[in-house]
Amino acid sequence: MLKFTADHEWIRIEGDLATVGITTHARDQLGDVVYVGLPEVGATVAQGDAISVVESVKAASDVYAPLSGEIVEINEALNGAPEQVSADPQGEGWFFKIRLSEPAQLEALLDEAAYQASVG
Amino acid sequence: MSAPLLTTPLTEFHRAQGARMAGFAGYDMPIQYPAGVLKEHLATREGAGIFDVSHMGQIAIRPRSGGVETVLAALERVTPADAQSLKPGRQRYGLFTNRDAGIEDDFMFANMGDHVLLVANAARKDNDEAILKAGLADLCVVEAIPDRALIALQGPKAAEILAGFSPEAAGMKFMDYRVLPLMGAQAWVSRSGYTGEDGYEISLPAALAEAFAEALLDKGAHLAGLGARDSLRLEAGLCLYGSDLDTTTTPVEAALEWAIGKARRPDGVRAGGYPGAGRVAEQMAKGASRRRVGLKPEGRAPIRAGVKIFAEQGEAGIVTSGGFGPTLGGPMAMAYLKPEALERPLFAELRGQRQPVALAELPFVRQGYAR
Repeated sequence: MLKFTADHEWIRIEGDLATVGITTHARDQLGDVVYVGLPEVGATVAQGDAISVVESVKAASDVYAPLSGEIVEINEALNGAPEQVSADPQGEGWFFKIRLSEPAQLEALLDEAAYQASVG
Repeated sequence: MSAPLLTTPLTEFHRAQGARMAGFAGYDMPIQYPAGVLKEHLATREGAGIFDVSHMGQIAIRPRSGGVETVLAALERVTPADAQSLKPGRQRYGLFTNRDAGIEDDFMFANMGDHVLLVANAARKDNDEAILKAGLADLCVVEAIPDRALIALQGPKAAEILAGFSPEAAGMKFMDYRVLPLMGAQAWVSRSGYTGEDGYEISLPAALAEAFAEALLDKGAHLAGLGARDSLRLEAGLCLYGSDLDTTTTPVEAALEWAIGKARRPDGVRAGGYPGAGRVAEQMAKGASRRRVGLKPEGRAPIRAGVKIFAEQGEAGIVTSGGFGPTLGGPMAMAYLKPEALERPLFAELRGQRQPVALAELPFVRQGYAR
């Protein structure tokens, strides 16, 4: 199941595990990504917390926890190769995985059609 | 409501090329084209980049009587530059200062044989014109030139490309200035720029700008927007007025003593005579309370303008420009620091964490000027 937030994140849900990254639209707006700051594995995060940062040649942008839970994995490859986010934002450029603590939050996320409509 | 943005002779061309536009110094300017900042930056370092800098001020200063030497001498009333020794066909960097030695603007000026041509920052050109009129009106006529475009062609392939239009351009040296025939018109060409690369700034009639830009594209040059212009100039260690320089920064604080001609220094033959000369002399003798330096952050996270720098003893200063250097392959910044902090380990405070930073020589990337 693929979901989105209005903050331009995508969330792939598999059971109670959510893989999170930034959307192709966000990538297009940011320009070339040169640095990704990732949260720590084991951290407990609440929905809406700024837990990660993506820096392009132009600016720094926060990435928010789209759902509450525990960070169980981060995409270590981005430390050495942040350009993966530019090349494949909705695949190899994923940021982190959250083990969900409040699955009910899923219902408020956008589906792909609603997200695409929101970005025009 | 803010005023509508001004346009350059190339505004429509930028849109047609798919540029992302934004307001800059009151002008609707291309921030980047579809290639993106990174590719535009690297294309300039490896080949040639085309930059529309028509928003900048082009100001002619003519003598009311006599020759260009009248203008050059009068200019020294408002700038610490050594103007009088500037030969015909040469260009030099200068600063306007105020009574407190704060920098009102930085600019380029060229000896055109019978007059002086000055190129000023877009956001400061009205202020500069007022400074010139107030200071030089008894001897000179100061006139903004509204009807010419200014295009920078920058990079190691710039000379070969421009020679295809104007063969004489190839023989020019860094900071030479020539009036050259180009596409049937007169172009005012300087061998200089704002990227650290060899290249030219070309002033030409507004009506020719689009055809010239198209022709440069045909010859293999790449469009580059203000985003790439910023990362290129920062790698080259060059100041951006409004970020690294403002009306409260002095030439000594900004480490721009080289823009104060030898003749104009406290022990020179034409010492002082410009606004704030006393404070500049004092700071040259005793040092200033802050100094512009280059910084390289450890790791990959850029530190940007506004980030505070600390030494163990406390706050050491603030970043005025910072970002990622595509050619450098890492983050880079310019900051103003207290001199006593320069001997100590430094760190930036970034998102609540300490990030070590090291002093770095400027420029960050080797310059490619045709000296």
